[in-house]
Amino acid sequence: MIRKSISEKASAGLPSPVEALIDRYRHNGGLRQYVVYLAFVLILATFSVILHDDGFLSSSNLLNIGRQAAPIAVMAVGMAFALAAGEIDLSVGSVVALSSLVAAEIVGNHGFLVGTLAALGASALVGLVNGLITVKVRIPSFLVTLGMLGIISGIARNWNDLQSLPIRNDRFSGMFGAGGLGPVSSLLIWTIVVGALGHIALHHLRWGRHVLSTGADRDAANAVGINTARVKISALVVSAAAAGFAGILLAGRLSIGRHDLGEDYLLTVIAAVVIGGTNLFGGRASIVGAVTGALIMSMLNNGLILMGLEVADQLIARGVIIILAVALSMREAKES
Amino acid sequence: MSAAPALVASGISKSFRAVQALDDVSIELHHGRVTALLGDNGAGKSTLVKCISGLYQPDAGRIFVQGVEHRINSSRHARELGIETVHQTLSVIDPLDVAENLFLNREHTRGGWLGARIGLLDKGRMRRECAATLARLQIRIPSLRRTVGSLSGGQRQAVAIGRAVAWGQQIVLLDEPAAALGVEQTQRVLDLIVNLRDQGVAVLLITHNMDRVLAVCDQAVVLYQGRKCAEVDVAGATKDDLVSYITGARSTDSGAGI
Repeated sequence: MIRKSISEKASAGLPSPVEALIDRYRHNGGLRQYVVYLAFVLILATFSVILHDDGFLSSSNLLNIGRQAAPIAVMAVGMAFALAAGEIDLSVGSVVALSSLVAAEIVGNHGFLVGTLAALGASALVGLVNGLITVKVRIPSFLVTLGMLGIISGIARNWNDLQSLPIRNDRFSGMFGAGGLGPVSSLLIWTIVVGALGHIALHHLRWGRHVLSTGADRDAANAVGINTARVKISALVVSAAAAGFAGILLAGRLSIGRHDLGEDYLLTVIAAVVIGGTNLFGGRASIVGAVTGALIMSMLNNGLILMGLEVADQLIARGVIIILAVALSMREAKES
Repeated sequence: MSAAPALVASGISKSFRAVQALDDVSIELHHGRVTALLGDNGAGKSTLVKCISGLYQPDAGRIFVQGVEHRINSSRHARELGIETVHQTLSVIDPLDVAENLFLNREHTRGGWLGARIGLLDKGRMRRECAATLARLQIRIPSLRRTVGSLSGGQRQAVAIGRAVAWGQQIVLLDEPAAALGVEQTQRVLDLIVNLRDQGVAVLLITHNMDRVLAVCDQAVVLYQGRKCAEVDVAGATKDDLVSYITGARSTDSGAGI
């Protein structure tokens, strides 16, 4: 009897799946959470029409967009975790270069696997230092990582006197960037893998929930016993490691390590993440949105070039888009 | 019901720089009883709760849980000892859903040893257990998948309290649990407190509302400027008695007021 009444109450607390879905849609953000996908479709459609004669929809151009988006998307996944935890990582661009140089240096002598792991390890180490200084010395991460951006950029410039380091390793190049599974580029595969891992980590791992909790309300997260210092450090490590992996993808595609790889990616990555629905100030993140945001940024870049815009105009257009995206993000933060 | 107090804090002192927030305060919580912790703003109520729940380390004093002395050095430690706290600023996480909040930092995992290592969440099990717990406490929430940020104040409070007691915890500290709630929602929270008491839980209730004290509390401890100025049985007390203790007009602990 008691059991029956409990199950009745429990089922009263759990409405039918359809009702639950509608309820979630209405109360967990409504249309706003899908804005990025709408924008993607709209921009794609617009460019398809106005740039049809310029070959926007040609398979080689679409492939090009995808290839350009891949490192941005990988970095965006990592950045989404840093932002979700209430931090930001401005050093990602320099980590891309560092990672490419470490890979180039070590792949040649010690082979593909050791080189890849060393590049990832060096990148993660940068993130660890970022995190430790942010949390232990209590300096805001935007300052710590801004300083780190300078330090790592300097190291990268000194590495080989501004010269690029060639990578002559077919397995490395085939694995990251140049090769692929049949017609599918390895860049695309890695982007999907990283995106899927990020999505699972955010939604289905304890760590992802703790990252969100820490970014949403650090005091509340502390009160339930979450080690928020460790969570923040780990988020910055993930961000740097993702940037390192983006560096590996670029190094693989170009078969070089160079000090200026990833140099101008920072704003594009942040724009991709924020357009994708991640809150710039913590507590909300979307990995699928971040990857879609990266595709949007790449598509815009490509479309603006095909439209014949000068580099200067592209910069202006990109800046406007970023400010618009951040403005949207801040308005949502106030509403919730 | 065991005769020993669920929790004894004796001689607790805590100061912040020049401010003596707590001065030699003692309190006992008993199973199946609701103790009110009263006092004006700044009297030290929240500080005392934070000392017991592990967020602050008292400068002096001893804390016994179920008769055994412990130095509670973190909120995690307090939880392990069966002490659960609902803080004034609700410790719920807005972007997480109801079930995720209820199980925050106590998540069920699946996938065996490896799943536990990487923390692979068993969301189905958490939702089922969440539904059962809320049903047991007669808390009604529209959907367990809804983010807590989209719930009403009363529902959020219910989730916070539900989390506090979902784990068979024996000692529950509630800091102004009905602040900012409507009449009906407040009544729900009071019913919930009575419900806990009847299940043998030792409850500490911080509130400014004397009607709530008279309605659900068995005894009251009153702080005045960081000191305990009174400890009374609620049954024999009137609202005016309690108010005069809170304002410092009367005292049972020192000779001055008698």
